[in-house]
Amino acid sequence: MKLSELTAHQLKESYKKGGTSPTEVCKALFTAVDRLDPIIHAFVYLDREKILARAKELEQRPYERPLWGIPVAIKDILCVEGEPTTCASKILEGFCPPYNATVIEYLKAAGAILFGKTNMDEFAFGSSTETSCYGPTKNPWHVDRIPGGSSGGSCACVSAGQVPLSLGSDTGGSIRQPASMCGVVGLKPTYGRVSRYGLIAFASSLDQVGPIARDIPDCALLAEIISRHDPRDATSVAIETPPYSALLQKDITGLTLGVPREYFAEGIHADVGGALQDALKTLKGLGAKTVSISLPHTKYAVADYYIVAPAEASSNLARFDGVQYGYRSQTAPYSAEHGPLIDMYLNTRREGFGAEAKRRIMLGTHALSSGYYEAYYLRALKVRSLIRGDFDEAFKKCDCIITPTSPTTAFGIGERLADPLSMYLSDILTISANLSGIPGISLPCGFDPQGLPIGLQILARPFDEQLIFNVGYAFQCATDFHTKRPGLAAGKDA
Amino acid sequence: MPISTEDIRYVAFLARITFAPEELKRFATQLETILEYIEQLEELDVSDVRPTTHVLPVKNVLRKDEKRESLSSEAVMKNAPSKQNAFFKVPRIIQDK
Amino acid sequence: MDFETVIGLEVHVQLSTASKVFCGCGTLFGEAANTQTCPVCLGLPGSLPVLNKEAFRKAIKAALALNCEIAEITKFDRKHYFYPDLPKNFQISQFDMPFSRDGQLEIIIEEGIKRIGITRVHLEEDAGKLMHMADGDNSLVDFNRAGTPLLEIVSEPDMSSPEEAYAYLTELKAVMEYIEVSDCDMEKGSLRCDANISLRPRGTAGLGAKVEIKNMNSFKAVRAALQYEVNRQHDLLADGKTVVQETRLWDADGLYTTPMRGKEESHDYRYFPEPDLPLFEISRQMVADIRSGLPEMPARRRERFVSEYRLSEYDAGVLTQDKALADYFEEVLVDYNNPKMVANWLMGDILAYLSATNMTITEVKMTPQSLAKALKLQEDGVISGKIQKQILPVLLKEGKDPEAYVKEAGLAQISDEDELSRIVERVIAANPASVQSYREGKEKALGFLVGGVMKETRGKANPQLVNQLLKERLDTSNT
Repeated sequence: MKLSELTAHQLKESYKKGGTSPTEVCKALFTAVDRLDPIIHAFVYLDREKILARAKELEQRPYERPLWGIPVAIKDILCVEGEPTTCASKILEGFCPPYNATVIEYLKAAGAILFGKTNMDEFAFGSSTETSCYGPTKNPWHVDRIPGGSSGGSCACVSAGQVPLSLGSDTGGSIRQPASMCGVVGLKPTYGRVSRYGLIAFASSLDQVGPIARDIPDCALLAEIISRHDPRDATSVAIETPPYSALLQKDITGLTLGVPREYFAEGIHADVGGALQDALKTLKGLGAKTVSISLPHTKYAVADYYIVAPAEASSNLARFDGVQYGYRSQTAPYSAEHGPLIDMYLNTRREGFGAEAKRRIMLGTHALSSGYYEAYYLRALKVRSLIRGDFDEAFKKCDCIITPTSPTTAFGIGERLADPLSMYLSDILTISANLSGIPGISLPCGFDPQGLPIGLQILARPFDEQLIFNVGYAFQCATDFHTKRPGLAAGKDA
Repeated sequence: MPISTEDIRYVAFLARITFAPEELKRFATQLETILEYIEQLEELDVSDVRPTTHVLPVKNVLRKDEKRESLSSEAVMKNAPSKQNAFFKVPRIIQDK
Repeated sequence: MDFETVIGLEVHVQLSTASKVFCGCGTLFGEAANTQTCPVCLGLPGSLPVLNKEAFRKAIKAALALNCEIAEITKFDRKHYFYPDLPKNFQISQFDMPFSRDGQLEIIIEEGIKRIGITRVHLEEDAGKLMHMADGDNSLVDFNRAGTPLLEIVSEPDMSSPEEAYAYLTELKAVMEYIEVSDCDMEKGSLRCDANISLRPRGTAGLGAKVEIKNMNSFKAVRAALQYEVNRQHDLLADGKTVVQETRLWDADGLYTTPMRGKEESHDYRYFPEPDLPLFEISRQMVADIRSGLPEMPARRRERFVSEYRLSEYDAGVLTQDKALADYFEEVLVDYNNPKMVANWLMGDILAYLSATNMTITEVKMTPQSLAKALKLQEDGVISGKIQKQILPVLLKEGKDPEAYVKEAGLAQISDEDELSRIVERVIAANPASVQSYREGKEKALGFLVGGVMKETRGKANPQLVNQLLKERLDTSNT
C-alpha cells in the first residue's frame, strides 16, 4: 500500500518496524498534495520546509509518543503560533497568532507533525466549504460536489489520502456532516471535553474541536490526545479521558440503540434512509437491540440554532475591526456622518467579511438588540432546554442513538448558495447534539448510486465517547465502507 | 416579525457593517425568510422553562491570582495594521478636528 | 420656583490584585505600552477568560463593606459597544445577575448622618487607554490596563447636593482603603466617577431630565462639576426652558461642562450571558468567612472615637478617614492615654507635615511609641509645647528616640526656680517700661516679659513657672 493510504495506526506500526520514517511519509504526502490539491483544494497553507524540519527533529529523538511522526492537518480556525490563521476570511488576512491553541500544544507534545491548515467555510459559517475567501473545496468522491462543511478541507484531505488525520471544529455539524459527505470518520466530543482555547470562536456555547480520521481506531487515538482538561478554558471539564483506542471493543451484545422517529421522517433521501436501515440490521446482527424513540423538539432545532449561534457569533466577531490585527480597509472615509474611526470600522468589516458572515452577524445582532432579546434569544435558550430534555428522556430508554448524519449525500457546488435557509436545513440532523452538548460521530455506512458516501451518526450521553467508539468499531469490523477510497485518490502518486 | 429597511440599517450600524443599496435589499429578503422560519419557535409554550445558558453543570471555575509572563511588545505589535512605536494607531474618532 | 437636586454616582474602582481579572498579566501602573498584555486581555481570536479568584473575593469583600446583599448565583454577561480601547468590542461585565445589590453607605453631612443607597456592585474588566495624538488625525492605543479588575458601584439617586456627593466619595474611598481592596488613586485612574444629576421642583417625586457628567478627575472636580450643573440647570428651569437629557464633559481648565461631541451612541449594548464563563455559586460559608474578616468600618470607628475617646465628630471624622492614621492614633493611646492631646498633635503639626512632604503616616519614621514618649515628655514638663513643635519634624523625619534627642540637643525645659528667678530679675531690670505698663494694669505687658524670658532661654523655660515667677516678683514689689 502507498504511504499516503496508511492510517495512523498503520504508520505507527511501520515506524516501529523501521519500515518508513516521518520524513519519507511527509514527502509521500507532499506528492499526494501536489497531485490532488489543485483539484480538491483542501489546504490553504502548507509550509513544507517547516514540516520536514519537524520530521527531522522528531527523528533525532525517536521515542514512544502516541502520535510520534504522525502528520495531522489543522482546520484554519485553530491558532498555530507564527502560522497564518485566517478562518478563511479576508478580515484575518495575514494574521499570525502569537500563541498556540491548547490542542495544538497537546498534538506537539504527543509527537505529531502539524501538516498545514485546511480550508473551511468563512468562520465556519456554512455546510459546504463554499464561503471560504480562498474559494471552495471539492468533494474527492465527485469534484462537482461540495465536501460538506464547515470542516470541508479537513475531511476532504483525509478522504483523498493527503494526510491520515486532521482536526476540525463542530458547532452545528461542521465535523460530522462533511465527514459523512467525504466518507470519513469525524467526532464531535462532548461540550467541555476538549479545550477551546485557541479555537477561534464561532458560537462559544456550541463549539467543540474534534478529530477526523479514516477509521474508528485512528479517530479514537486522536480524540484521546486532544481530550484533556485545560485550566485556560473555564468550560473545559476536569474529568479523566479514558484511553479510547486501547479500550476499543467490538462486542456490543445487549446494547440498546435508540432510533428516533423524527430523524427518519420526510426530507431524508431514500438512499440515505436505505443505507441506515441496512446499518441498523448490521448492528442488530452484532447483538444490539433497537428501540424506537422520540425526540419531539427536533423540528425546532434549526430555528433554535439560528438564533443562538448567530447571536454568539455576532458577539465573537465584533473584535474584527482592523485595530490590532488582520485586514484594515484603506478606503478613504466615505461619509461625513460618522467620523474617520467609525468609517474605518465600517469599511473594514464591509470589505473583510463575506456575505454569509454578514448575514449571521446581522441575524445575531438583531436577535440581541434592544426589544428583541426576550422574543428571540431568551426564548431560544429556553427551547434549548427542551431540546436537551428530549435527549435526557431518550437516554433513559437507550444507550446510544443511531441516525443519519445528513439528509442527503453531497449536493452540487453552488446549488444551495443562493438560498441560505436550504443550506441551514442541511444541518438538521446534527444541530441538536451541539445544542445539548452531547457527543456524536459520523462514520461511513454506504454509498448512493452516484458513488457518494452516506454517513451514520451515533449520539450518546455526555462523556460517553467510549461507547460511541465501541459501536462504531463493531460496525467497522463487520463492514468495509470505511476502507473504500475515492477514485481520485487511487491515482498514481507513488 | 417582519424586518424593515430601517431595522436593517439600525442593526447594520450596531454591528458596524454597511451595505450597498441593492445588497441591502437582498439581505432584507433573506433575513426575512430566515426570521419567518425562526418564528415557529413561538408555537412552544416556554413560560415555565428555564433557559440554558451553559450546557454543562460546571460551576465556580476560578484561577489563582498569579502573575504570568505577558507577551513581548514585539509579539503584540507584530500583527498591527498600523502602529507608532509600541502603540496601535487608529484614525481619530470625531469628524471635526 | 424652588428646585431640589437629585444626584446619583457611578463609581469604578480598580481592585488591587497581582494579576488581571481574566488572565495572568500584571496590573502595574505606568509600565511601557503594550507590555502587560497577552492573548486574553488583547482579546485575540481564540483566547478565553478565566476568573481571578482573588478579584472575585475582593469584590465580595467590597460589597459586604457597603452592606450589600450577596447573590447566591451570579453570572457574567457581554456588553457590546465598539471602541478602540475595548479589545473584543465587548466588555465582560454583569447585567441582570450582579453578585451584589441593595447596600448602603453612611455619610456625614451638616445635619448628621445620611444613608446613601447602593443599587448594585458588580465586577467587570477595565478597558485599555486611548491617547489622542497632537496631529489630531490619529489616536494611539495601549492595552496594558485592559482586563484590570474593575468594580462598578452604582448609588441610588439619594444625594441632594454636590457636598453630599463629595462626602459620599470621601467615605467610599475610606471604606475601600479600610478593607484594602483598592488604592483608590484617582490620578492613576484606579478610582473613577461619573455623575447623574437632575433638578425637580421641591417636594415633587418625579425625576427631571437626567444629565450624565463625565471626565472628572478628582473629588473636588466632581463637586465643582455638579455645582456648575446645578446652577446651569437651575437657570434653564427658572427661565422656563428645558434641560436636555445628555452626557456632558467637565472641562477642568475652564470649569464648565459641555455636551459630549460627536454622535450620541445608542445604548443598545446587546447584553447576553458570557458563554465562556460558567455560573458562580457563592456559598453562604464563603460570605460569612469574608464578612468575619472585615475590619471595623470608618463609620463605626468614627462613632467609637466619639464615644470612647470623647473626641468631637469632626476630629473623629478626620482621624478615621484614613485607616492608617486611625490605627496610628490608637497605637499612640496604648502608651499615652490622652486622646484629646494625641488627636490635636496628629491633626495639627503631624498632618501638616504629611501634606507638606506628600507622605502618608505609614511612611514617616516616627513610631506611635515615639510620639507617645514625646507627648509624655511634654506632660511631665521635660519639654515645652514650643519645643515639641520643634522636635516633631525631626522625629518624623529621622525617627530618633525623643528622650535621647531632647537630651542630646539640650532641649530639656528649665524648671529650676533659682535659675529662672535670676533670669526673671534680669528681664525685669531690662524692661522698665513693660514693668510700668503691667503695673498700670496692662496685662499684655506680662506676655512681653514672658517672651523676654523665653528668648533668654531659647524657648526652654517652663512657661507656667515663668508666669508664676514673674507675677510673684512684679506683684510683690508692687505692694
